[in-house]
Amino acid sequence: MEPQASELGSAPQDVGPQDVGMPQIDFATFPNQIFWLVVTLVVIYLILSRMALPRIAAVLAERRGTITNDVARAEELKRKAEEAEEAYQKALADARTEAARIVDRTKAEMQERLDEAMAKADAEIAARTAESEQRIAGIRKDADAAIEEVARDTVKAVLESMGHKADGRSVNAAVSARLKQGDAA
Amino acid sequence: MAEQTGGFVIKPMDQFVVKPLFGGDVVHWYTPTNVTLWMALTVLAITVLLMLGTRGRAIVPTRGQSMAELSYGFIHKMVEDVAGKDGLRFFPYIMTLFMFILFANLLGLIPFAFTTTSHIAVTAVLALTVFISVTVLGFVLHGAKFLKLFWVDSAPLVLRPVLAIIELISYFARPVSHSIRLAGAMMAGHAVAKVFAGFAGALGVASFVPILAVTALYALELLVAAIQAYVFTILTCVYLRDALHPSH
Repeated sequence: MEPQASELGSAPQDVGPQDVGMPQIDFATFPNQIFWLVVTLVVIYLILSRMALPRIAAVLAERRGTITNDVARAEELKRKAEEAEEAYQKALADARTEAARIVDRTKAEMQERLDEAMAKADAEIAARTAESEQRIAGIRKDADAAIEEVARDTVKAVLESMGHKADGRSVNAAVSARLKQGDAA
Repeated sequence: MAEQTGGFVIKPMDQFVVKPLFGGDVVHWYTPTNVTLWMALTVLAITVLLMLGTRGRAIVPTRGQSMAELSYGFIHKMVEDVAGKDGLRFFPYIMTLFMFILFANLLGLIPFAFTTTSHIAVTAVLALTVFISVTVLGFVLHGAKFLKLFWVDSAPLVLRPVLAIIELISYFARPVSHSIRLAGAMMAGHAVAKVFAGFAGALGVASFVPILAVTALYALELLVAAIQAYVFTILTCVYLRDALHPSH
């Protein structure tokens, strides 16, 4: 195998088609390839296991930690926001009830005052009406008395002019009876 | 393998030749070769992605840091899902495997690059390392009970010896398929690309056909590069699970 290998190295493009065969089965190069392969693999392994992989693992772990923390913080903030929302809604509802209560109370107060004023007005109206009626009654009584007086005087005058001596008492009685009759009619 | 048709020569396998970097003919085990160069570039690329990208250690990652974190998370989840939680202590080893194969595959797609993973010597060492460590781990953790892996309890008793032989053969076929799959996929893709590229040089005006073909093939090879790295890694996780939990 050794001579063939050196032949290959020395004259790859000689006259005509140089038959290199399959360099893969040129066993003379095997020790060389295997040696350099082992060196390469050891170097890669050392770089990976000592430096690259721990570094990448650390970065990934740190990122996972950061993400977990951020998610936890976000959840905390969300919870706080929900609590604030709840408090706000509660305050809003309280304010609504309070407002409704105030409205009701004011309405009742106003109704009360209105009722009071109405009652007072009614009472005054009733008083004035009664007073007026009383005065009307007084006026009517006076009128009635005046009528009786006039009637009596007229009767006396008529009787005297006809030559009769008017008997005061009987005239009074007759006029009263006649007036009462007229009232009844 | 090089073809001589008409007046042009296609040498699809020349790209796989292991050559000393600084002249000379003899490839000793310690000679710095193109293997050395491209493996060093692989280490450099991995370091740039995983170290330079993450140097900010930002809570909100930059683009580079995102890529590093994604590759970390991808393999970490794969190990956890496939091999189980107790497989996670082997995560750095599996990450080493994945990053090496992925970047060797991807760097090999650069024109004029040398693809270290297209060599059976490389993939066989990777596969044998996995095979031996997983087997040793199985016996260390479970002792003789590790052999239960081959004794299918759920099968009828008469079938068990037959199944045991089949299981044993398939167990020892693992490193073979594990290594040849990766090297084969890499080698085939690169060789085909080179053949098409050779046609492009010879066809003159009609060369747009092979150029289109190479373009399409390149896209496919990008996919294959990532998928082969993924397949190699997930199979490693499957083997690891067998060592951690040998009962079916």
